[in-house]
Amino acid sequence: MSKHHVTTNINGEPVEFLCEAQQTMLDVLRDELHLTGSKEGCGSGDCGACSVILDGKVVCSCLMLGVEAEGRKVITIEGIAQGDKLHPVQQKFLEHAALQCGFCTPGLIVAAKALLDENLNPTEEETRYWLAGNLCRCTGYDKVIRAVLDAAAVMRGEPGASVST
Amino acid sequence: MPRVSYTAPATVDEAVKALAGAAGLAKVLSGGTDLLVQLKSGRLAPELIVDMKRIPEMIGIREEGEFFVIGAATPGVMLSAHERLEHAFPGIVEGVDLIGSTQIQGRASIAGNLCNASPAADSVPPVIAARATAVIAGPNGRREVAVEAIVIGPGRTSLAKGEFVVEFKVPKPKPRQCDAYLRFIPRTEMDIAVVGCAVNVTLDAGGTCIDARVVLGAVAPTQLIVDEAAQALIGHKLDADTLAKLDLAAQRACKPITDKRGTIEYRIKIAGVLARRAAAIAFERAAARA
Ligand SMILES: Cc1cc2nc3c(=O)[nH]c(=O)nc-3n(C[C@H](O)[C@H](O)[C@H](O)COP(=O)(O)OP(=O)(O)OC[C@H]3O[C@@H](n4cnc5c(N)ncnc54)[C@H](O)[C@@H]3O)c2cc1C
Ligand code: FES
Ligand code: FES
Repeated sequence: MSKHHVTTNINGEPVEFLCEAQQTMLDVLRDELHLTGSKEGCGSGDCGACSVILDGKVVCSCLMLGVEAEGRKVITIEGIAQGDKLHPVQQKFLEHAALQCGFCTPGLIVAAKALLDENLNPTEEETRYWLAGNLCRCTGYDKVIRAVLDAAAVMRGEPGASVST
Repeated sequence: MPRVSYTAPATVDEAVKALAGAAGLAKVLSGGTDLLVQLKSGRLAPELIVDMKRIPEMIGIREEGEFFVIGAATPGVMLSAHERLEHAFPGIVEGVDLIGSTQIQGRASIAGNLCNASPAADSVPPVIAARATAVIAGPNGRREVAVEAIVIGPGRTSLAKGEFVVEFKVPKPKPRQCDAYLRFIPRTEMDIAVVGCAVNVTLDAGGTCIDARVVLGAVAPTQLIVDEAAQALIGHKLDADTLAKLDLAAQRACKPITDKRGTIEYRIKIAGVLARRAAAIAFERAAARA
């Protein structure tokens, strides 16, 4: 079976790759493009560790085929920071210590960024529901939620919480 | 995943040809949130995947005269963002919104939810309660059927080989018609319905019910249209006596199984409770409409 030639855009850069139809987008990102920030926690849509933003909407890359990326725009965790400058969500994850092992972190940050792209003023409840598909087995969710709400405040131009580190 | 071929046709006709031309099993792909899980687990090994998301008429929501027309592969996130649909059918949007997480919503479609044929599919009861029809394309052309005619058992549909759903047609609500969908799960998010219940009612100016459909999910091999429950509502306001009759009718219709999420007795009891609560919401919404 011949491979598919896919032309797409990843993190703002035009990208071409070859893949087989049964390879998921997550397989392509990790194994073909060596963008290993997106993680495979479950492979079945339950954990969110593989979250990417596809044409503006956050999706599980483990439940998307690589071939489906043709002509689309994909943003992965590698595309969230602007060069050396961390995205406010990333910065606040550090300040609030919203991670331990870090396996869930790329997915959480991608999903949180997608939330703040749509809504800079989410309530705590909205934030918790939005992130319900991102599982974390170490940190507990509270620090994550604090970090996201604090990032939202900073992005609205408010001073944000001062966190003792 | 096992080897498979993939094609993404640009038109319905091309999709029909691709499906008809496959020698072995060909599967339609909408959001992939069921299909890819099944491919990975080895439950399915199709020869061909036909991706419907490049067919313009199959994505998005249009208003055509007295109908909302919903492209079969439209992801949940587009349905919830459609203000006029959400205003007309808050119950349909409630059902769609309950499917999985934000990430799943970014992809999951009503057609996939329906054609996966799980008794617990959350968007299906409110779509049936709205008396929606499905336009089906296949090797013999197009046909239109009531949505409830599609699922015939767990994992089984009445679609013939090579047929697929192109779009859903939902008749716009009449004055003082509205709906609601509730499901019960043991946690607050990310679980499969123990029971789901959709109620769609039309009231007269005085608040008496003149038309109703009550549909239960997860309590039988397919979604159940409970005529007795609708009859309990029609001709009445939502008083205690009507609610008691509705509760009883919903309970009587159930033919559930016992599994890790709930026993037969529990599901039956919850079906009555959800019917009452969903009816209360639907009546209130309908009454609030001029
Ligand atoms: C983590 C997770 C949580 C979930 N939670 C829920 C939940 O709470 N409630 C719920 O109801 N479901 C849930 N689901 C199941 C799934 O997301 C839904 O059933 C979804 O609506 C399927 O839509 P899809 O577009 O992704 O379907 P797909 O996976 O693309 O297709 C599903 C099936 O339908 C067929 N099909 C797709 N489109 C068509 C068409 N146009 N015509 C004919 N056949 C078609 C496919 O061939 C396949 O057999 C969950 C899934 C995951 C992974
Ligand atoms: S790896 Fe994709 S959701 Fe878990
Ligand atoms: S930090 Fe370990 S899973 Fe979240």
